Amino acid sequence: MKFDTIIIGGGLSGLTAGIELSRKGQKCLIVSSGQSALHFFSGSFELCSLADDPYEAIAGLGDGHPYSKIGLENLKELARGVKPFFKEVGISMKGVKDANHWRITPLGAFKRAWLTMDEYATLPSDGKAPWKKVAILNVDGFLDFHTSYLASGLSEIGVESVIRSISMPELEHLRKNPTEMRSTNIAKTLTGDIIGVLAARINEYAKDVDAVFMPAVVGLTGCSDVVRLREKVDRPLHFIATLPPSVPGIRLQLMLKRHFQKLGGTYMLGDSVTGGLFEDGRLKSITTENHGDVRFEADNFILASGSFFSKGLVSDIDGVREPVFGLDVDSIDERPQWYRRNMFEAQPYMSFGISTDNDFRAKKDGLPVQNLYGAGAVLSGFNAMKEGSGAGVSILTALHVASLLNKQ
Amino acid sequence: MKEYDVIIIGGGITGAGTARDCAMRGLKTLLVERHDFTAGATGRNHGLLHSGARYAVTDQESAEECIRENMILRKIARHCVEETDGLFITLPEDDLAFQSTFIDSCQRAGIRAEAIDPAEAIMLEPSVNRSLTGAVRVPDGAVDPFRLTIANIYDAQLHGAEVLTYHEVTSILKEGDTVVGVEVCDAHTKEKKQIRSRLVINAGGIWGHHIASLAGANVNMFPAKGALLIFGHRVNNMVINRCRKPADADILVPGDTICLIGTTSSRLPYDQIDDMKVTPEEVDVLLREGAKLAPELAQTRILRAYAGVRPLVAADNDPSGRSISRGIVCLDHETRDGIPGFITITGGKLMTYRLMAEWATDLACKKLGLDKKCQTADICLPGSEDETSSDKSSGKRERRSGLGAKAARGRHGSRSVNINVADKRDESLVCECEGVSVAEVNYAIETLNAKNIINLRRRTRLGMGTCQGELCACRASGLLAKANGCARKSVEDLASFMNERWKGMFPVAWGDTLAEAQFTSWIYEGVCGLDAFEKKEE
Repeated sequence: MKFDTIIIGGGLSGLTAGIELSRKGQKCLIVSSGQSALHFFSGSFELCSLADDPYEAIAGLGDGHPYSKIGLENLKELARGVKPFFKEVGISMKGVKDANHWRITPLGAFKRAWLTMDEYATLPSDGKAPWKKVAILNVDGFLDFHTSYLASGLSEIGVESVIRSISMPELEHLRKNPTEMRSTNIAKTLTGDIIGVLAARINEYAKDVDAVFMPAVVGLTGCSDVVRLREKVDRPLHFIATLPPSVPGIRLQLMLKRHFQKLGGTYMLGDSVTGGLFEDGRLKSITTENHGDVRFEADNFILASGSFFSKGLVSDIDGVREPVFGLDVDSIDERPQWYRRNMFEAQPYMSFGISTDNDFRAKKDGLPVQNLYGAGAVLSGFNAMKEGSGAGVSILTALHVASLLNKQ
Repeated sequence: MKEYDVIIIGGGITGAGTARDCAMRGLKTLLVERHDFTAGATGRNHGLLHSGARYAVTDQESAEECIRENMILRKIARHCVEETDGLFITLPEDDLAFQSTFIDSCQRAGIRAEAIDPAEAIMLEPSVNRSLTGAVRVPDGAVDPFRLTIANIYDAQLHGAEVLTYHEVTSILKEGDTVVGVEVCDAHTKEKKQIRSRLVINAGGIWGHHIASLAGANVNMFPAKGALLIFGHRVNNMVINRCRKPADADILVPGDTICLIGTTSSRLPYDQIDDMKVTPEEVDVLLREGAKLAPELAQTRILRAYAGVRPLVAADNDPSGRSISRGIVCLDHETRDGIPGFITITGGKLMTYRLMAEWATDLACKKLGLDKKCQTADICLPGSEDETSSDKSSGKRERRSGLGAKAARGRHGSRSVNINVADKRDESLVCECEGVSVAEVNYAIETLNAKNIINLRRRTRLGMGTCQGELCACRASGLLAKANGCARKSVEDLASFMNERWKGMFPVAWGDTLAEAQFTSWIYEGVCGLDAFEKKEE
């Protein structure tokens, strides 16, 4: 089977690349194992959180950083397209181009963000809260959302809150099994006609407050329930992220996937690449777990297989490998140097990834493979955690590589 | 001011056992602990219910003590013990001739030891190294040191003892040469207060060296560090030992859902006992030697590495520490140093804690002129009582079923009926790996002195399973915040818990453990912003 581009990895980066290529008429295949960092999505994309102005922070990053390979001017151009890109997918996001805002975390901390899903609670760049008093609601017995932490964080910025818990007969079935009161199960219940009932219940608590906060447990498969709920609630209703799984993250992945398929892309879910055939410095074809001997050929390939958690990188006691093609990896030989003893320091292993040239072509045995590109968390040279650059690198390297391939 | 008969310093198994014994003999007892129960060596060992076989060849006295206490614990601490039996295997590189010496020594110490055919050993324990040339079956087992300590504390309290955790002894009060109490400092409020007693018993483990010095006595202790690795599932069902003279990493013990290999043994400078690191060399030795006992370990995920420090006590006439005793050391500082009112109980091991407590309490009773016999070997710990008895607390019948209830029953024995389940919400699982419910967490907070996540971990096994507290730490933190009414303190506690967890993980962070660590950082730092709540060292 022959494609224009085959993408390995169906997370944020792989899907972004697939959509951008399909929009320009390429015939694309995405092979996805199903695991993705979107399953613990915070509701926000970060571009670079080291300063209020993300571009100012990006300008200070080192040469090996993926952003530096894209180049600042080019990156600004690509970044301008991100909001419209997701609008087209069906996800509305708020945030301005060149100033970070603040998102409110489940523990009541405030973190810089660049774009945030419309329904999430955020503070403007100056950190001033637009509310005096809010209601914080939780589903009764839902353990992955802590109202008291949120209230404590809000009180530190001068916002008073009342905490209320919501019970509904429709949710009672989730108590039968002691492990079922989790975000995705709640979202499967809070859909369709029940949205009206939920809104009425929320309105009982929304009388004397400026806004209502609740855990992001609505809208697993699309935005309509979220939009309807927000319309029916009398006060501004804002979501706060929960512990995983992330309902909006799963929705985002689903909507990206649907959009990709609508544009003609082929998405193979639950499959994984077993290896590739290299010839004259090019990758000719790949094989997959589910399709045995079938060779999937393409002009170009993008590896967007993620970091350690997604198994885009694997490690053992002796070192770090890229498991699909055995590509060159930027890492440190001595294992004790991979870590810092304090969890909250910058951990060197977080910056490990595949080695690429300035056009993101992956290296194998020291030489770039002419038609194999890396995108997203599998790349080396950045620390998404400390820079607040995870989503930005995933999206922008994907768009950048896609634009290189669209020009070919 | 209230005066106690006896103040016991140290919330490890020795202190807990001594508090129980003292309280059962009617002494007005207070136990003080600077951190939490089991925070020292008690919570950092194999959890091996020694048969004594390991010591039989080199130390008959220890072997005899072990097998006696082994049989007692099976009776009084049933709910803390797993009767797995153990194997001592001979590998091709070992001398098979040692086996008969070993069996003779065991039998002399009163330890049942029977040589079995290697094929039978493989049948009994399929994970064992199949190249074994010999095997001896002995009555080893597994004991949960957390559960055992908490049961002793709980029983001490039921007999009227009081406990103060997170209170560090800052000085020993004296009138003339006589010890008359302690000054403690509350770790949270930093407030100091004086508490008077007729006797003070130092059960501080390796930290007892320092405590003795506060009283003006010198107890010459040498810290011996032992590192261990915890694996992600229960590879073996029987304890597996090497049939040779004790060496590094030659015991593999199953425990609940996991198994442990250990230990290494190395001297440690005294100033490092509060900050132990497991080195890459130790990890290598543990893995290499462990895989010789059960080859499957080489492919099994390692959850964490940790190290404990045992107190080795040098003979009084030997300041160099060459002549070390592993036996029980009970010091009467009145006769030894001219310091009346002060006793040190140290040396020994987890297995002999009850006997250590008995010795210390016998001495205390003698000093206080009390003629009461020790009953700790005969009366069961709370949770291990005979359920058909008419004991009031176990009069209730177990009504619940399901995973959480079953797991709780394993952990709290007959006392699990006291876990209050008002409705379905209370049955919801906080920790899925270990089956810890909301009700059990609340029980630990209300009844078992759990004040933070690490306390909960030790009371309930929350976060001790495969995911090592990935999400349940955060869930439990929310419940603690509700119980103690202080969100900020609870979230700071969560940050320090996750950071401690990482310190156990990074020495073995490769493969799935590294992937899990990255996931943890993405959730807790990335999504939740937990780094904002890290308490900086003062």
